Amino acid sequence: MPFGNTHNNFKLNYKVEDEFPDLSKHNNHMAKVLTKELYGKIRDRQTPSGYTLDDVIQTGVDNPGHPFIMTVGCVAGDEESYEVFKDLLDPIISDRHGGYKPTDKHVTDLNFENLKGGDDLDPAYVLSSRVRTGRSIKGFTLPPHNSRGERRGIEKLSVEALTSLDGEFKGKYYPLKSMTDAEQDQLINDHFLFDKPVSPLLTCAGMARDWPDGRGIMHNDNKTFLVWVNEEDHLRVISMQQGGNMREVFKRFCVGLQKIEEIFKKHGHGFMWNEHLGYILTCPSNLGTGLRGGVHVKLPKLSVHAKFDEILSRLRLQKRGTGGVDTASVGGVFDISNADRLGSSEVAQVQLVVDGVKLMVEMEKKLEKGEAIDSMIPAQK
Amino acid sequence: MANSFTRMISGRNTAVILASVGAGSLTSGYLLCDSTADAAERRKLYPPSADFPDLRKHNNCMAAALTPTIYGHLRDKTTSSEWTVDQCIQTGVDNPGHPFIKTVGMVAGDEESYELFAELFDPVIKDRHNGYDPRTMKHPTDLDASKINSGMFDERYVLSSRVRTGRSIRGLSLPPACSRSERREVERVCVTALSGLKGDLAGRYYSLGDMSDREQQHLIDEHLLFDKPVSPLLTASGMARDWPDARGIWHNNEKNFLLWINEEDHTRIISMEKGGNMKRVFERFCRGLKQVEHLIQEKGWEFMWNDRLGYILTCPSNLGTGLRAGVHVRLPMLSRDPRFKKILENLRLQKRGTGGVDTAATGDTVDISNHDRLGKSEVELVQLVVDGVNYLIECEKRLERGQDIKIPSPIPQFRK
Repeated sequence: MPFGNTHNNFKLNYKVEDEFPDLSKHNNHMAKVLTKELYGKIRDRQTPSGYTLDDVIQTGVDNPGHPFIMTVGCVAGDEESYEVFKDLLDPIISDRHGGYKPTDKHVTDLNFENLKGGDDLDPAYVLSSRVRTGRSIKGFTLPPHNSRGERRGIEKLSVEALTSLDGEFKGKYYPLKSMTDAEQDQLINDHFLFDKPVSPLLTCAGMARDWPDGRGIMHNDNKTFLVWVNEEDHLRVISMQQGGNMREVFKRFCVGLQKIEEIFKKHGHGFMWNEHLGYILTCPSNLGTGLRGGVHVKLPKLSVHAKFDEILSRLRLQKRGTGGVDTASVGGVFDISNADRLGSSEVAQVQLVVDGVKLMVEMEKKLEKGEAIDSMIPAQK
Repeated sequence: MANSFTRMISGRNTAVILASVGAGSLTSGYLLCDSTADAAERRKLYPPSADFPDLRKHNNCMAAALTPTIYGHLRDKTTSSEWTVDQCIQTGVDNPGHPFIKTVGMVAGDEESYELFAELFDPVIKDRHNGYDPRTMKHPTDLDASKINSGMFDERYVLSSRVRTGRSIRGLSLPPACSRSERREVERVCVTALSGLKGDLAGRYYSLGDMSDREQQHLIDEHLLFDKPVSPLLTASGMARDWPDARGIWHNNEKNFLLWINEEDHTRIISMEKGGNMKRVFERFCRGLKQVEHLIQEKGWEFMWNDRLGYILTCPSNLGTGLRAGVHVRLPMLSRDPRFKKILENLRLQKRGTGGVDTAATGDTVDISNHDRLGKSEVELVQLVVDGVNYLIECEKRLERGQDIKIPSPIPQFRK
């Protein structure tokens, strides 16, 4: 909660044993890492804006998780959270991001020219291509913590930046709270509209407070570039289009992001970034590139092949249903995207998607012809 | 409006207050340093006007009462357990409400909230409780069940009778605000006290977190189990945090005296039984309450209470007696009569579905209970329910016989 250390000094009057959460039934990264000793060690800390350890972990305490799905179980309230609570967050980051060490450096590469190929994914299989990321604006606290005044400040800055874009990025901003019914219908039909989060993973972290105040959507006239303001992160930036030309999608993504960043920087509010964690976002799972690049692809035969999951794992890819995270696939169509976020660059991650999907489409074609695909199964990337 | 970016460039390391968009009185502040400023500095950068919630689409008591002036006076205050007015009103900001149903839209985090934020709570209380003014009026407490007359209903109509209230343990923060240790302390205090109950009140405690499947099924079958709140009115206030830690249910062996621990309030106390013997239900209610109070006092604890607001509970709507006395009653003809609503209104009664608040009636059975909580004593309210339900049953009988019914004159209450 904003402005004040949320009861923390008062809580310090109570013993660690009495305050330590019961995590005995929990399966998330936070619960794996947080011991009573660690809790006792860092519970008196707070970031300059007043974010505390209990704030960081509340979502993980309230959502024990699922035996098969390991959620992160914590969020940052501001840029400093990752520093002040590093004793908790570093091991979680390491666990979530393939052993990433506190001393590791993250490389940012938004030069779309460095991507090889990506413009020839077979549109008979690859129905659509999309790249998204998030950005946080320096000088403001993050969605779990920010006050209405800050959120409105973020919106104001974002709107000025976004509505000043031109060329293929020229577009319009729709604030959620003053949308007309006609605008709302259009945005729903375009699959652009985001709604108040209902997942308890998000609501328990406090990021849905004051909805829809300060929230909105900007999209360009062509409907291929889209920015969400003040949902789970300050900004979510999305480039997408029908068909398999991931190269074009990624180019638009990179160019658009860089234009936006220039404008914010000119006004003293660059994006939160550092050379260890890359782009700083609300959820530790989105650190690094914050990038999810993916396609909707028809793989009815490959998806029921015994080795499908192993192939994905080796290609460092992840499958989701066509409704996004935590949905099921419909009609053999899967959302295939990069699994990694931290420790490799944007170009590298999109390259994995482009190469991996190309290979899987080849496999699908082979399976259609009744041929085996064992020789095509790749080595671990 | 001047170009805000121009101003920001000229004042790189100082905060700049800018004119706003939209409703005239908002202003926004921008921080122009690289790190996030500390809490005190941010309070200066973001004056109350920048944080004032947009309540234009809201229909709840808080939204009707909160002005920028009041918010300005209260925003930077904190209770001794560090609870703020923003935290009190969050649920009302997040839940605009419904044009037909006016919710309260705010909660207390501790006993002190009602004092420190009285400038906002008092008008909300007045609005919700028919003009009751905590500054000038006194709330009567009366738990003498022997005073109830005609407390036995016709059981061809009344299927069950129930009385509930809540109690808060003085010195511990309320469910929206409490830390895990405070919540566990509430549980300890109550469970210790309850273990001292004897005779027809003796029973046992089921911790929500440690319940076995069999125990859980038993409690569900008996309609005793409460679950994690899903209503956004409750979850947005923070009272479901850390679920199910330190939550539980206690009931006596007869299963007609029951306590919920750490749901929306520290405790909810319920006395109920099948049939129409409201007097006996209320008698057991009073007896049980008094014994629990005595047992916690032995250990140096007491309930939150004062003579202006009566019993202090999380939601302002439950101040005073916190009491809802009701029946499940079959009124097939009356419930369809166009005068039903007015009759209930004049009798200061409220109807709900048989699933409780915000549920629909099933078939011909409705839940009828007292509408008011504050300004009248427990005895007065239960008597009002007894007299009112008897009247409704009379109406039903008359309609059955083809006779006409009358709308009763409204029960007097203090000035609106």
